[in-house]
Amino acid sequence: MTTPLRIGFIPLVDAAALIVAVDKGFAAAEGLDITLVREVSWSNVRDKLNIGLFGAAHLLAPVAIASSLGLGHVKVPIAAPFNLGLNGNAITVSPALHAALMEEIDGDRFDPMATSRALARVVAKRRKEGTEPLTFGMTFPFSTHNYQLRFWMAAGGVDPDEDVQLVVLPPPYMVDSLASGHVDGFCVGAPWNSIAVDLGVGHILHFVADILPSAVEKVLAVRQDWSEKHPDVVTSLVRAHLRAADFIEQPENRSEVARLLAQPERIGVDAEVIQRTLDGRLKISPDGTMRESSRYLLVGREAAARPDPAQAAWLYAQMVRWGQTPFRADALRTVMAVFRPDLYDAATGTAPADGVRTISAFAGPPFDPNDVAGHLAAFRIGRWTP
Amino acid sequence: MSAESSPKIVIVDESPIRAAILEEGLREAGFTEVVHISEMQSLLSRIYAVDPDIIVIDLENPSRDVLEQMFQVSRAVRRPIAMFVDQSDAASIQASVEAGVSAYIVDGLKKERIKPILDLCVSRFNAFSKLQDELDRTKHALEERKVIDRAKGILMKLKGLTEEEAYVLMRSTAMREKKKIGEIAQSILTASELLK
Repeated sequence: MTTPLRIGFIPLVDAAALIVAVDKGFAAAEGLDITLVREVSWSNVRDKLNIGLFGAAHLLAPVAIASSLGLGHVKVPIAAPFNLGLNGNAITVSPALHAALMEEIDGDRFDPMATSRALARVVAKRRKEGTEPLTFGMTFPFSTHNYQLRFWMAAGGVDPDEDVQLVVLPPPYMVDSLASGHVDGFCVGAPWNSIAVDLGVGHILHFVADILPSAVEKVLAVRQDWSEKHPDVVTSLVRAHLRAADFIEQPENRSEVARLLAQPERIGVDAEVIQRTLDGRLKISPDGTMRESSRYLLVGREAAARPDPAQAAWLYAQMVRWGQTPFRADALRTVMAVFRPDLYDAATGTAPADGVRTISAFAGPPFDPNDVAGHLAAFRIGRWTP
Repeated sequence: MSAESSPKIVIVDESPIRAAILEEGLREAGFTEVVHISEMQSLLSRIYAVDPDIIVIDLENPSRDVLEQMFQVSRAVRRPIAMFVDQSDAASIQASVEAGVSAYIVDGLKKERIKPILDLCVSRFNAFSKLQDELDRTKHALEERKVIDRAKGILMKLKGLTEEEAYVLMRSTAMREKKKIGEIAQSILTASELLK
């Protein structure tokens, strides 16, 4: 018997496991009859998952957390049994801002502390000259992009709420906004950074792996009550997507995967641009400069698909740091319980991992989920009051 | 906003026809202050310039995520806005999502004042979809008519049939093969194209 299931997704490269699971038949092999529904906004994906029009969804990890806490919207507890991707975002800036940063930089241009301090000097100079504050685009208030941009700029002394402007932009509008000067930079997922570079309107300044070596990005999200009623479907979902993730990670399959993702009803951009992201070999400047990273986007390798509650806690800490919610110990417990390594382990036969992993970013002390308050106290800039 | 005055409503919609249908409906219902925004560049500043009490947006619009920023406490946001969700009324949320419309309101605006506006938006959105479907069906029917006429012409020429005979031949073939007459006509066109 097959189970029909509608899954909402946003056309981004980290929807790869969802697309490959359906288009290569891994989902059908698990008895799932999945219809992928392409959506235009995270708000739509969230709302349609909440009211049951979608059984599962490609969701920003912070939206899964915000929804479970009822931040910014109705409270609908979410279960995330599978990570669809780690990393994959990049920070891209306009040629003018890139030139200004390179003029001010003291150190390696791939060192986020060096670029962040350079940004602080550019911001100070503009203020002295009376120039408009810089504007950066990100995809959603509860997004990794928002937190990664903020973390990066605050490390060098830029207050993201006072010194610059952060605005939400739908990913397909990012490149146009950079070209027209509505924003000076943005943080977004693939393929949009590469498209800006190809059009000559942007330079990729950082891969997100420069800021955090492993950052959970999108999760496969289901409603918690639904997951309790359909444990077998959850198991099938995890298995089908793990097989898809393994398939994607085999280098010999990459060009086929890029072709599948490039189809008009899936992501609908050039397969070559998608393949750059999968290979982690990106053109970062319009002059053709290339940069490689083995950590650009992780779909399944290094156990990337296994949910890590410490990652959920890190995202919650960012929500607290930037004043989206006050810190509460019970909320932290709720948040960590959104990420479900137990469901992943049960479905895949993985042995449960011991202990809690710490998370090390390029600035500040390593993050320990048992001491969120102590961790936040180490950062000077923030909207948080203990 | 006083209790008596009409709330200021912004419609964010890239479809001018649907926006006009909605605007007309709202005005008929006595909501006189309605502004339509169709340009998505710098959407927030356009909205702030109007300073509305209620914002209505279609769900096909990627800029919906931009509106979510208005819940945030930040320098860029002047009046706190919330999404209109009535937790006690799941059916109305469902109806609005299915109709493809969503509403955002200034925090604190009373539920009784929003509900009729949202209901009106939902019914007008549904009416628009129905119109759109009818239009699509009419277009499709017209195209099919053209295909059938051309196929008829080919049969008349090749087999020396009258118009009536050509039509009867296509219809009986369609019935025998359990297909639509439009499909049979299309295969005749394709075949004659190939045999040219």
